[in-house]
Amino acid sequence: MSNTAVKQTNRTVLTLFKDLWEKSGMVVIYIILFIGLSIFVPYFFTLRNMIGLGLSVSMVGMVACTMLFCLASGDFDLSVENIVAFSGVFCAVIINTTGSVVLGVIGGVLGGALFGLINGTIIAKAGINALITTLGMAQIIRGLGFIVSGGSAVGIQKVSFFAIGNGSFLGLPNPIWITIVCFIIFGVLLNNTTYGKNTLAMGGNMEAARLAGIGVNKVKILIFSIQGAMAGFAGVVLASRMTSGQPNTSVGFSLDVISACVLGGVSLSGGIAPIQGAIVGVLIMGTVQNAMNLMNIPTFYQYVVRGAILLIAVLVDKFKETHRSSI
Amino acid sequence: MTPYLEFNSVGKTFPGVRALNEITFNIKQGEVHGLVGENGAGKSTLLKILSGAHPPTEGYLSINGEQKDFKNTRSAIDSGVAIIYQELYLVPDMSVAENLLLGHMPKKYGFVDHKKMKKIAQDQLDFIMEDIDPAKKIKELSIAQRQMIEIAKALLQDSQIIAFDEPTSSLSDKETKRLFKIIKNLSENGKAIIYVSHRLEEIFEICNRVTVFRDGERVQTFENMKEVTHDILVSRMVGRDITDVYSYRPRPQGKCILSVKEVMGDGLKKPASFEVKQGEILGFFGLVGAGRTELMRLIYGIDQKSGGKVKIDNKPADHSSPRASVENGLMYCPEDRKYDGIIPVRSVDENINISARRHYIKAGIFIDKKKEAENTMKFIKQLDIKTPSKDQLVGNLSGGNQQKVILARWLSEDVKILIMDEPTRGIDVGTKNEIYHLMYNLTEEEKGIICISSDLPEVMGVSDRIIIMREGEIVASLNRSEFSEEKILSLALPVDEEKNRSEINE
Repeated sequence: MSNTAVKQTNRTVLTLFKDLWEKSGMVVIYIILFIGLSIFVPYFFTLRNMIGLGLSVSMVGMVACTMLFCLASGDFDLSVENIVAFSGVFCAVIINTTGSVVLGVIGGVLGGALFGLINGTIIAKAGINALITTLGMAQIIRGLGFIVSGGSAVGIQKVSFFAIGNGSFLGLPNPIWITIVCFIIFGVLLNNTTYGKNTLAMGGNMEAARLAGIGVNKVKILIFSIQGAMAGFAGVVLASRMTSGQPNTSVGFSLDVISACVLGGVSLSGGIAPIQGAIVGVLIMGTVQNAMNLMNIPTFYQYVVRGAILLIAVLVDKFKETHRSSI
Repeated sequence: MTPYLEFNSVGKTFPGVRALNEITFNIKQGEVHGLVGENGAGKSTLLKILSGAHPPTEGYLSINGEQKDFKNTRSAIDSGVAIIYQELYLVPDMSVAENLLLGHMPKKYGFVDHKKMKKIAQDQLDFIMEDIDPAKKIKELSIAQRQMIEIAKALLQDSQIIAFDEPTSSLSDKETKRLFKIIKNLSENGKAIIYVSHRLEEIFEICNRVTVFRDGERVQTFENMKEVTHDILVSRMVGRDITDVYSYRPRPQGKCILSVKEVMGDGLKKPASFEVKQGEILGFFGLVGAGRTELMRLIYGIDQKSGGKVKIDNKPADHSSPRASVENGLMYCPEDRKYDGIIPVRSVDENINISARRHYIKAGIFIDKKKEAENTMKFIKQLDIKTPSKDQLVGNLSGGNQQKVILARWLSEDVKILIMDEPTRGIDVGTKNEIYHLMYNLTEEEKGIICISSDLPEVMGVSDRIIIMREGEIVASLNRSEFSEEKILSLALPVDEEKNRSEINE
């Protein structure tokens, strides 16, 4: 009697696991990875390391929320790393000149939003593709960052500003809280609002979305503006953590964000963008990096491993897909 | 004639769906073998098995007595199988010649031999009697011309078995006649030809034998076309008798609901004016390129008109975007469902509610998933949409069900005028009949419908009035009592086109 009950539970656990694997295989992979690392890598599963891990993925996590929308609509944005750098510098300069932290934060975020607005307008109205537009804007923004800062790091004198990035709440550093809140907000936006659903529809079939009466240009401009504002905010948080605005920071960050999303199963061609995918993608990237650091693997090898993980993840997903359709 | 291609107890199961069951029949050399059946009857699955895209779950097929076990499409092509699909697989920015020889371009010293390529392409174009410069880019050709190029491409492989999947869906009458001549020519040369079509007249015109499919089963193969009639075929396909697929019924008409005055824009040669009344189904007939779709795109606001006035309910409705049209109650079901209609990677639920969800917003921004689900379930039931669940991806449904999803999308809105561009293209008889009934029901609720179709019997079957367009202008408007095939065709055909046609008929 009890034997059959055990069998029953075993079966349900197995089917649950199978379901999860089918729907979001990356979550399963991450759980296995996490357990494995906890067992085999000393010091990995400690509170201090977990907090460090959270902190290290917080920047990518924040921007991944909005990049998810870009990817969902079938576009991507290569200028986020430069917005991060610019907004950090811009915020620092404003704080130093006006002495107001609030103005500095607002300036950084609005600056980023403005660049996003320009990106979105060019892409939507002029019909130039996102690769060229954001690549061009990326150069301009990086340049403006250097111009505003005079070419070197801008130290911030206002100590109260540092609380944003270095303070903590209930034992968790603020950037982690901010990232969690962002994921919740954008998850709800994606799944429970017209904005999110329209974004997915546009990525799934742009022309059909337009003919179905969606104001596709408006939505596109909105997506890029919010993306810019978010990158700007991430830049402010980074400046706060580093106590200065650095014009040459975050090189390669845009591609980190995009690869994290893709790793989690977000489609580059648009229309498919699960929020849990972005979260898991960000976590996998960060966790592997963290474990490699703990194991003292040299940086050169870390590049190879990270690239390999991205490719393997995408291949596994592709395999799963073709396997499913050929059953 | 001995059987050349044989299907032996072929079966195919997809997850949860039995697509084909115990199919046994054969195709002979030198015959044109028709395959008919409703959407989802198994014809496409059979073609996919023949093409090597899907292996059968049970059974096997053999060619010339030899059992074949195709691993992929390449091995099928190497065994002499060519399949001409409805969808076009051409590279728009490459020339006709390059497209024809894509994958096996002639080479000289390792480089592409352009001269030879042009020669081969020209010969092939001559063979299909298509007067196109091989140096022209595909994107400069009309849809019908592209279809002919696709056919020419498949014929270049010198295959022994050629399957046509709805080849005439975007061809004009003239091109269809020419295609039939080519097919007859091929069968006389000993090719085994499979011809899949929803247009039964074509089956009678060109096929030597016909096999009927229903629900994944082979119902019957008619060995002699003289023994079978249109009605018999339809009743075998549907499993019940449909005496008149259009089932036209007269309905009362009210006041003018849409008025279009002197509208002008790209694709039109002269300004267009017409009206739609409440309760009316207004047919639009013309050949490919007559400007019907272009005119509707101007009215719906996809393209911008250069002049003219549009009024809905006597209020100005000069829409500059589809969004504005939808808000005024003017909806559009596009001609090309796959590219302009559905969002294949999203669910039935999301596809249906894409527009109407704006009416059920909670707290300013949140969508009401419960209401959306109710709406979806209502239409799945009402329109009999065949889908395993409301969360199924629309890309996995059959063409007829995709069309129903788009209809449901607009029926969940406050529609006043519905423009239906080729409403039943590629859809089986049973579903066609359901869609016509829906159109009648809608107009009985005082809505107006514009029905654009290249299928003359269809326009004549369902319309209360037909507007005929020719080369970018409206040339006539006929009331139902004045309908006749000859009259409509002679109005629609350009003068020189008519001459060409009679030449080909000779």
